[in-house]
Amino acid sequence: MLELATLIVLSVVALVSAVLVITRRNAVHSVIWLIVTLFAVGGIYLLQHAEFLFAVQIILYVGGITVLFLFVVMLVDIDVALKQAPFARQWPVALLTSVLLLAIVGFALYNHSKGLNLPPQPMINAPAENTQAVGLALYQNYMLPVEIASVLLLVAMVGAVIMAKRKLE
Amino acid sequence: MIHTEYYIFLGTGLFAIGVIGVLTRRNVLIILMSIELILNAVNINLVALSQYFKSVDGQVFAIFVITDAAAEAAVGLGLIIALFRNKETVNADEIDLLKW
Repeated sequence: MLELATLIVLSVVALVSAVLVITRRNAVHSVIWLIVTLFAVGGIYLLQHAEFLFAVQIILYVGGITVLFLFVVMLVDIDVALKQAPFARQWPVALLTSVLLLAIVGFALYNHSKGLNLPPQPMINAPAENTQAVGLALYQNYMLPVEIASVLLLVAMVGAVIMAKRKLE
Repeated sequence: MIHTEYYIFLGTGLFAIGVIGVLTRRNVLIILMSIELILNAVNINLVALSQYFKSVDGQVFAIFVITDAAAEAAVGLGLIIALFRNKETVNADEIDLLKW
């Protein structure tokens, strides 16, 4: 009961602040609401006993990516963007598309026989130590993907530096 | 015990909000933030199904998605800085160098 109440509160916070992210005129406000959304999503991870992912979410997303966003928002001129219309002309179509997507998925989830038919849950117990289990999976079964991800991060870092660098004449 | 369907519907809702943001906003920075929302929606689904199948594979995938999000944010923001330096705008409608 308490779990369900927590989940509902977290979901409402996540969805409402996500709507605020995309509707605020000022990009700084959007970043602040994005932080609230990310915290709520982290809480949802914690509710599902994904403690390691919760820590990663807080450290990497809230502590890293949003600070990067805030930095760039402050760096570029926001006064011009404040005077322009925030939404593009095609917003009714986009809204319709998304509502349609929600309706289809909602129907699929509601209608068990035709929609999402999850196989029966396996009768094993979840590993008790989440961080330990994730670490073992990362360094045993997913060894090569971890290495590839590190190369990806290196490429992204070099690419970002090169693109943000002033052009050499 | 909370049904997994609930989490999937929540993930879809967040995904839909992100899609609306990507399609309607004109500020490139907010489009990037909407992409972060979409990636978070994917992560919610991955974690929910990982919990459903009692396996950590979904959480490992979520970690890779977060890695990807970090790389995407770094490159995207570098692009925005380069664009702003050349065109003095963050408006997606005015960034039309490849249009003819």
